[in-house]
This record gives sequence, C-alpha cells and structure tokens, in this order.
Amino acid sequence: MNSQNNPYRVLIGKPGLDGHDRGAKFIARALRDEGFEVIYTGIRRTAAEIAATAIQEDVDVVGLSSLSGAHLRLFPEVVNELETRGGADIPVLGGGVIPEEDIDLLLKDGLSAIFTPGTPASTIIRSFTEACQQHRDHDAQK
Amino acid sequence: MTPRSETLLAGLKRHDPRAIGRAISAVENNEEAAADLLAALDQDLIDKVLVLGITGPPGAGKSTLTSSLIKTLRTQNQRVGIIAVDPSSPISGGAILGDRIRMMDHALDPDVVVRSMATRGRLGGLCASAGAAVRIMAAAGCEIILIETVGVGQSEMDIIRLADITLMVLAPGFGDDIQAMKAGLLEVADFLVVNKSDLPGSDALCMDMEQIFLKKQEETTIARVLQTVASENKGIADLLEAVNKFAEFLVTSGIKETRRSTALDAETLDWILEILRPRFMEAMKNNPEKKDPRIRAKELIHKNFRNITP
Repeated sequence: MNSQNNPYRVLIGKPGLDGHDRGAKFIARALRDEGFEVIYTGIRRTAAEIAATAIQEDVDVVGLSSLSGAHLRLFPEVVNELETRGGADIPVLGGGVIPEEDIDLLLKDGLSAIFTPGTPASTIIRSFTEACQQHRDHDAQK
Repeated sequence: MTPRSETLLAGLKRHDPRAIGRAISAVENNEEAAADLLAALDQDLIDKVLVLGITGPPGAGKSTLTSSLIKTLRTQNQRVGIIAVDPSSPISGGAILGDRIRMMDHALDPDVVVRSMATRGRLGGLCASAGAAVRIMAAAGCEIILIETVGVGQSEMDIIRLADITLMVLAPGFGDDIQAMKAGLLEVADFLVVNKSDLPGSDALCMDMEQIFLKKQEETTIARVLQTVASENKGIADLLEAVNKFAEFLVTSGIKETRRSTALDAETLDWILEILRPRFMEAMKNNPEKKDPRIRAKELIHKNFRNITP
C-alpha cells in the first residue's frame, strides 16, 4: 500500500461557498489513518487558491469536496488552474452530492474520479492510493 | 549534477513555486537529486536570510500570529518563507497538516512560500529536512523564513534550534501548561509573545514572564516580552521592530554565526542517525537477541560499523 518512508501527500480542499465540511474532514482523517499526509485548506476557497497551494505543497493528488451543487463549475476550474500553474500532472478527485448524470461530464472535464454519498470509504482510499502512485510513477519517468 | 537537480536549481533561481515544492520533497524523500542540489545553493543568500522560530502550546495562536507577521512583512515588501510543522501519527504515519487554514489569505501571493511538513515520527531526519527546506527557500529568494511548530516534543525543540531567533507564543489562561514548559522552552526562547492580550490575565502573565526574562533583558535594551492580538494585527509592528533590532545585535555580536554552526552540527548528527537507522534496523531484524539493549547496541555497532558506506 503506502510507502512507509515517503508518505503520499494529498490536498483536501473545499472550493466555493458551501461550508459543510464534515465529508472533507472525514476523508482527511481516513487518509491520515492510512498513512497519507493531508494538507487541509479549510472551507470557502477559490479554485486558484487551491491550485496554488497544491503546487507549493507539491502534493501527489488534489481531493475536492462540494455539497452545494456548484461542482460542474468549481471542480473543472481547479483542473484548469492547476494546468495554468504548471501542475497539469496532478490528478484531481472529487466528491460530494453529485448526480449520476454529472459524473461523466466531470470525468470528461479532467477529473480522475468522482465519489458520491454511497461510495464506501475503502473505495475512496483505494482511488487516492492509485492516483498517488500513478503520479509518483509518472514523476519518476521524467 | 543530474539533469533533474539542474532543472530544479534553475527553477529555484526563477522563484518557480513548483520547483521549490519539488526540491523540498526531494530532500524530504531522500532522493538522489537532493544532494547535488543542496550543494549548489547560493551560500550568500543562506547566510543573509533571517530564520524565525515560532513555537508555543496548541491554541496560543501561533498560526494566526504567523499569518499577521506575513501580512506586515509583505507591506515591507519582504519575500517570506513559512515552514509549518505538524505531528505525524505514531500509528499510521499519516498526518493532518492544517496550519494552512489560517494562512490562506496569502495563498495567491507569489512572494509567500509555504510548506507544511510532518514530523514523520523519526528521531532524526525532520531537523535535517527542515534545515534543507530553509536553505532551499533562501536560495529561492526568501528574505525571512518563519518555522512554526508546536513546542512540546523533543523533535520540535530540535527544529527550533534551526532558528536564528525563537519566539515563544503564550496566551493568558494556560496556567499549568506554562509551568510545564518552564524547564525547557522558555530557556531557548529569545522573545515571549503574550498573544490574545485583550483577554484578562494578560498583564499578570507579562509580569511573570518579565521576571523570568530579567537576565536575557540585560543583554540588550530590546524589550523581550511583548503583547499582541494577532487576530486584529495589534502589536505586530512593534514585535517585528524588536525582532529586527535583535537580529542586528545577533549579527554584530557574532551570536548568529555561533547559532548557525550549532544548528549545522545538529543537522549533521541528524543525517548520521538517518543514514545509520535503516542499517541497524536491518541488523536487529537479522539478529534477534534477548539481551540487555545497551550491550546489544554496542555489539551491533562493533559488528556493523565497518560495513557501513553512506
């Protein structure tokens, strides 16, 4: 699973105006308990702030949470901001109250995986682990 | 020099945030590229940078104070680096690094470079990688670097040794915590910052602290116990002025030089332990014995030392 010496670094952020961070904190704790280093940015961040932070902190993966319904705008915005800041290689995962029909749209817009309220925590952690490892492998090739 | 360290070095000179982040990761993860990168950094910039340690009990307002220090330093047009240290879980090895939350006001400022670091539960190592992070930030143009850490454990004490100047942040109403810390941290602190000084008990705490600091106070005429309300930016300018005066005093008296060389020794020792650790872990695993640990340690060193090449 996780490399003992070099823990995966992930950022968990909440873009936009919604202040419900129970889910984000739950995932942050679950990842910590799996040995991840989790940079938590708190609520009400702009896409630009999240992307700039992810790059400064050199994270392997960005995880976003949104419960406000604005995910179709906010999640791809983070992907774009990462791209303009030279972080196109950093995968972005998203979760929250996301209708079935939006999932494909988000994946098409560059999100690597989408989780909904029914997704088991173990699936989410596996996705994070895989995305982190792919990012490390990609990095090592360069 | 490897192509990767060359790319990173060029990026540091351009102040590229991606390069700074990657360079610090390279050091933290003990990558091949780290060694030549660190050796090639601009020593002049490293000598000139001012490293401020900010420590204190949880809840005293370290992150908020750090954030308001950043704000004031930015009005003075200084490029600021921040290393925010949080503990790793001893069980999973994971960590939640949450100091960012109070610093997000500066997230889009290209002249504020923040790096969160986890203690990664190792005895040595953190001090070494935090020291390297300081040098990388200095080489990337940061003029002042703030290291923020909870001041409770030994590893945190070691990190604070990396600082040229240490601020101990306290707040009224902590009572017993302060008693507990008297033995260690108050002695290494250069300044005591009584934060949340709008709360009752602040003046009494200041008077207590001034008593403790009488001796330090005699070195210079600079006030060493200061009051702030970091959340309202109160007292921050005065604090920075005192810190800057003290920084000048450290340079002219030669104390900065001494402190830097002590810190380098501590980092070197850290690297020694970091390099030796995996080999001895291996040796112990291959040779389980129910012996007195001290005797066993001596025997293991005796047996293995010759085979060690770093």
